[in-house]
Amino acid sequence: MTFMKAWTTSTLSLPNTPDPIFLTAPQNHPNHRTYPLPTMSAITYKSGKEPHPNERRIIFKNVDREGWDQSIDTYEGEGGYDQLKRAVAMEPGAVTNEVKSAGLRGRGGAGFPAGLKWSFLPPNNTKPVYLICNADESEPGTFKDRYIIHQDPHQLIEGMAIAAFAVGAKLAYIYIREEFPQGAEILEKAITEAREKGYLGKNILGTDFELEIYVHRGAGAYICGEETGLIESLEGKRPYPRIKPPYFPAAMGLYLCPTIVNNVETLCHVRHILEMGGEEWSKVGTPNNTGTRILCVSGDVKKPGYFEVEVGKVTMGELINDMCGGLKDGRSLKAVIPGGSSAKVLRADETFKVGKGDDCKEISIWDIPMDFDTLAACGSMAGSGGVIVIDDSRSISWVLNNINNFYAHESCGQCTPCREGSLWMKKITDRLVADKAAPSDIETLDAVARNIDGQTICAFGEASSWPTESFVEKFKDELIADTKPELENTPVNAEKELAAAGLL
Amino acid sequence: MSDLVDVQINGEWHQFPKGTRMIEACREVGAEVPHYCYHPKLTSPGNCRMCLVQMGMPPRPAPGAEPAQPDEDGHVPISWMPRPVIACANTVAPNMGIRTQGELTENVREGVMELMLANHPLDCPICDQAGECHLQEYSVEHGKGEGRFREQKVKKPKNVDVGPRIRLDDERCIMCSRCIRFMDEVADDPVLGFTDRGSHTTLAVYPGRELDSNYSLNTADLCPVGALTSNDFRFQMRVWFMKEINTIDTNCGTGANITVYARQGEIFRIKPRQNNSVNSDWMPDSHRLSFHWINDEETRLTSALAKDENGNHQVVTNENAYAIAAAKLSKYKGHEIAIIASARMTNEELFMVKRLAKHLKAKIVETVPRTGEADGYLISEDRNPNTLGVKTVLGLDDPGSQLESIKDDIKQGQIHALITLQEDLITDAGFTDDDLAGLDVLISSYPCANPTAERSDVVLPGGCWAEKSGTMLNIQGRLQRLNKVTDGPGTTEEPWEVIRNLQQALGGGNGIHSHTEIFNQLAETIPVFAGVKFQDIGDLGIPLVETDETLPLLEREKERVAQGLIVG
Repeated sequence: MTFMKAWTTSTLSLPNTPDPIFLTAPQNHPNHRTYPLPTMSAITYKSGKEPHPNERRIIFKNVDREGWDQSIDTYEGEGGYDQLKRAVAMEPGAVTNEVKSAGLRGRGGAGFPAGLKWSFLPPNNTKPVYLICNADESEPGTFKDRYIIHQDPHQLIEGMAIAAFAVGAKLAYIYIREEFPQGAEILEKAITEAREKGYLGKNILGTDFELEIYVHRGAGAYICGEETGLIESLEGKRPYPRIKPPYFPAAMGLYLCPTIVNNVETLCHVRHILEMGGEEWSKVGTPNNTGTRILCVSGDVKKPGYFEVEVGKVTMGELINDMCGGLKDGRSLKAVIPGGSSAKVLRADETFKVGKGDDCKEISIWDIPMDFDTLAACGSMAGSGGVIVIDDSRSISWVLNNINNFYAHESCGQCTPCREGSLWMKKITDRLVADKAAPSDIETLDAVARNIDGQTICAFGEASSWPTESFVEKFKDELIADTKPELENTPVNAEKELAAAGLL
Repeated sequence: MSDLVDVQINGEWHQFPKGTRMIEACREVGAEVPHYCYHPKLTSPGNCRMCLVQMGMPPRPAPGAEPAQPDEDGHVPISWMPRPVIACANTVAPNMGIRTQGELTENVREGVMELMLANHPLDCPICDQAGECHLQEYSVEHGKGEGRFREQKVKKPKNVDVGPRIRLDDERCIMCSRCIRFMDEVADDPVLGFTDRGSHTTLAVYPGRELDSNYSLNTADLCPVGALTSNDFRFQMRVWFMKEINTIDTNCGTGANITVYARQGEIFRIKPRQNNSVNSDWMPDSHRLSFHWINDEETRLTSALAKDENGNHQVVTNENAYAIAAAKLSKYKGHEIAIIASARMTNEELFMVKRLAKHLKAKIVETVPRTGEADGYLISEDRNPNTLGVKTVLGLDDPGSQLESIKDDIKQGQIHALITLQEDLITDAGFTDDDLAGLDVLISSYPCANPTAERSDVVLPGGCWAEKSGTMLNIQGRLQRLNKVTDGPGTTEEPWEVIRNLQQALGGGNGIHSHTEIFNQLAETIPVFAGVKFQDIGDLGIPLVETDETLPLLEREKERVAQGLIVG
């Protein structure tokens, strides 16, 4: 087939071809390597939106790109859908194997290996298989998927089509959060274009492969991003996460059929894995933390934004100081939440033990490479890539209360610990920021969090309790400083207060 | 044996069939696991988290390592998981370990209880559930004893009128979703659901709909707290003051197993009692609430009556009533006498009817059929509780078929005396004043004043279903016990006593002092009952007669069990 030839001659030979543009990982990083960037020579970005030299743009190659639009013609002009053409000529299992050998880890939060997830589909399955793209990007601090959807929708559709081919799905859904109405329209237009061109529908590219993708608008809740909650919502029900076992999506997912749920960024990577080859792709990033990922930096930095970097090739210090222009003038770093608001907070003056055996060493927050394993070793997580920077102007009580507010508002209410605990924690920190808390309230706060952690149906329990646990662990003094010991034995009569306020 | 798996529970090894839920396995060996949302007849959402226990499995050998060696009993050491798991939805696995005690489990339960109570109002003194509230019970068994919650509790709707028979207090609701699942899965009327989210989650009825299913009151039984209460029972009686009597429902041929709650002879409520062969855990509202007339002394017959020479009823002692009745009856020959008994009578009473008929050589013995539409759940078409008993004990093939000929015989002067037992012929058997006008003697026994009694020469107060003991055969041929809840008002006697005393007055001998004695005679003389001892029947009854009747609700339940959706 002609497109196979095109692939063989151009792309596969690329790594050996010297290329003038190199994007380099930090020179001091142990895994430092340089790679040629395939087709970026001609790319220019909109003024003021240029990628930082530390970036390696694969997924975000076309984001903020000069002259780029969302049309399929533009996408095809850059080799779009070539990888789908390539995939349908392969065995589905071979595609999965490429993804496995690439070592692609999910970009939604948990970092679970995507290829392994796909291989959990039951053998000898006779039911339909569904593919769901989780575009319910709602973790506070995370804003990457929206740019893919808004600016490069066909990349997602191509990735989904390849993934659907690999897992044997004929029907795929994009579950997009309610708050992205424009994104949903863009995707629907892109799907129409792709169907007109024969990349979706029946007999895709002249093969037996068929696929329909539908856009499903979300229900406006954080919990809709939890994969089983998402499935329930897609089925038209309240997004109550399901118990696992038995409802592992790969076996009993949408309509109790085998279902694969992947994040937007994860699915986009599939396209590039095919383009580069799994082996080659796995050389991007660091071992076990392969590929690039998009870090979304928000908070107290001069230049917040999104940065696509090779996983583990950029340290926290490089991210904050180089890529984000550093902290605001005259401020110092207090803490960083490295993987979306549910990740455990890292204190600026902590040291972290990373590495095993002989490689074991203590590093400061600035030297943490932003990869899955290191951030886990530091007691937090890479999560969804939302890096929230907190400087010394922030009150920790206020930050925690803000986070608690979010989780109390978003707890679905299905299971007891999270339902009751998230609001309780919020009410305690509400008092804390209103100067109405006693020192013992901090102990209660921590105890409530630990009563949620590990005892809920879904990971929301951890998401809502980890911030409190880590803030209390690392900033106990500061939290206690915001309390008033004289309130310790003051009887609290909440009902009386409500009555006095005319609320009862 | 291959279907059994070895499971260690609190240090002891046991065997359970594969697929057994952990919670059921624990229950079986006496290690009860507290739970709110789990119910064996409903799907398990695992939402209350009260049944969290510690679980362990044989360790997975590291790559290349030798698997752990089993001990002399063949058990490999258990590697305990740091996080608890729910016992309700997980099934046992070979060599699994479960700890329902110990630090982890106890801490988790304490934590869940504290959270459960955080927004729960402390209104036990005015809550109907107090005394049978799982929240109260588990607080004592597993709670902290002291709450740290100092905040304002969430305000939610109270005293919500969700349906004609049910009232909802949303603040008490612990969101276990049992009621929602029951209405969806069992009653096929999914009108309940949650609105809002987080701590503000609120149970509500679908807009524009009502919780008005004839099975709605089961939701109040299922509710582990006082969120859903019965309008009928609300504020009537503290549960600890009531006596519980296990008996059966007599509103139809299903014979749902029930528990009657009574205090000092007054019935306050009826709840279904689990019998997986009859009514599962449920009963229809219409049957549950049909007891109020029993307490109504205005309409009850409280003494025997006999007509004086002017045709007016006068109160007489029971002894005199029997003597008068016997004197009147003895004027007639057997072929001039008919007896109309009831399929609401117990087998023992019917046996006594048979004995009386034999003594009188009565021409006809008949009962009154009673039918209605089957509801596709638990209400059977046959609205008599013991039609099969009539067929078996009285030997009537087609009960009710002779009623017309009795009317004709009376008109034609062939039947002069009629004894009617536990039936109101005018209201329920299509008799008119005219039909009865040709009788010389009408003797009736019934719990309430009624038009037939009004016409009767002698009226004998006979107790209703709650005032007598005995056995009945339901439509499936299951022999079940009816147990006396209370004495009838005034000089009311159990119907079998009425018949015995009447026969005694007729010179028909004595020798029977209890309903169990009658049962023994029944077992000796009627082949179907041969060999059955009264004490063998137990609370759940025994299958006795083969019929092809099935109960639709049970059939659907069996399907859900087969699908693994519920435990059953």
